[in-house]
Amino acid sequence: MGALFSLAAVLLLSLVAYVGVELIGMRSFFGIVIPYVAVLTIIVGVVYRVITWGKSPVPFAISTSCGQQKSLPWINQSKLDNPSTTSGVIGRMALEILLFRSLFRNNTSELREGRLAYSSGKWLWLAALAFHWTFLIVLIRHMRFFANPSPAFVSALESLDGFLQIGAPRLFLTGAILLVAVSYLLYRRLAVRTVRYISLAADYFPLFLIIAIATTGILMRYFIKVDIVSVKELTMGLIGFSPVIPEGIGVIFYIHVFLVSTLFVYFPFSKLVHAGGVFLSPTRNLANDSRMKRHINPWNYPVKLHPYEEYEDDFREKMENAGIPVEIPSAKAPAAAESESGNETNDAEIPVGEE
Amino acid sequence: MYNGGKIILGIVIFLALAAFPFYGDIGKANVTPEPNLDTPEIRKLEEKKCVEPEEFMKAEHMSLLNKWRDLAVRDETTVYVASDGESYNISLQNTCMRCHSNKKEFCDKCHEYAGVSPYCWDCHLAPKEGK
Repeated sequence: MGALFSLAAVLLLSLVAYVGVELIGMRSFFGIVIPYVAVLTIIVGVVYRVITWGKSPVPFAISTSCGQQKSLPWINQSKLDNPSTTSGVIGRMALEILLFRSLFRNNTSELREGRLAYSSGKWLWLAALAFHWTFLIVLIRHMRFFANPSPAFVSALESLDGFLQIGAPRLFLTGAILLVAVSYLLYRRLAVRTVRYISLAADYFPLFLIIAIATTGILMRYFIKVDIVSVKELTMGLIGFSPVIPEGIGVIFYIHVFLVSTLFVYFPFSKLVHAGGVFLSPTRNLANDSRMKRHINPWNYPVKLHPYEEYEDDFREKMENAGIPVEIPSAKAPAAAESESGNETNDAEIPVGEE
Repeated sequence: MYNGGKIILGIVIFLALAAFPFYGDIGKANVTPEPNLDTPEIRKLEEKKCVEPEEFMKAEHMSLLNKWRDLAVRDETTVYVASDGESYNISLQNTCMRCHSNKKEFCDKCHEYAGVSPYCWDCHLAPKEGK
């Protein structure tokens, strides 16, 4: 249901761009207004989200420990999986963000001959890693449309990406890998029963949206070509704040831009903002040093305490009179001594009496 | 804010990366390149036309060149019949570059603008041009 809804939503969005540009001719709206709104939304939205998270207190040191904690000197600490220092935390975060280390520990469970069996499941990690990295490279590659001349590192990345020199324009491997990886992630959601059970429209929509973005991009590069010089004229106009709509850019370009704009607008309000959130995960970014340093709950407010010593000060006389032992005897020292010895005899007497 | 310093540093890095396209481009004149068609060979042509119509060549020239490469190198076909029925000798250096002898003013202008580096010249000799 969520999958069909999301697919329909993405198709509808594509149709909106098609009708808007091809039939109504709202080129400035889809080529200028929408991209500006989208870029503004993602930047302001992400900053707002991060600041909101920054304002949330972390009441407890809840760093997850995935290895041996720092302990006695002759016990090897697992420094990256259970860091106790800032540099350890940086190492752990880097592995998490760049290599998805926690996803590497993904398990699968299945019933085998009536018994529940667990095993390591690496496909999710592999597809997720391939998807995120290729998406980043594709994004960086797009910088050739936003600088004149195209930056040197973008050209270097492109020649690496297209080093197989398949066809002309030459095939960029990352575009193909991106589409395959994101398709696998969608397939996994649909094919694995347990994952499908917990999948919502909010899980399917970004997948379909990114599949549509990759598809329109690949179509535009290899199959339904658009005039790339006019496209760059448009993009350079946008970033120079003197927008122009050159003639003769195919509708596929506007569909692609509209879908990317949708992704940008959707980003800060959805699970996609994990890109910023991963940096603020207390289970990952805190050092596991709770036995060395006291983690002060920022919620703590001054509490009026009544420790035992004060309790005794308040009731010492009454306690002594009732024969209850006190830590600090009052000035009438002999009474305290008596009560203590008296107590002992009482203790000894009770079992006897009961017998 | 808790850990405000680190979070604000992160936000600043994010903004710096997000604003990357804007560095040095604001207010710059948006000049699009026009490929130069003024060569001695083109001047000699009575009817100034390419192998295929201009719109097709603009979008598909790289596919056509790739097709020509396959036809000539792999299928031993050296004659291309264009959509208007005219036949052309399949050769980058002797057909394309005979008219478009100004690689710098014709090919490179747009390719440099769009950040495209075609691998034609990995094998082919680029025409010698007076600097």
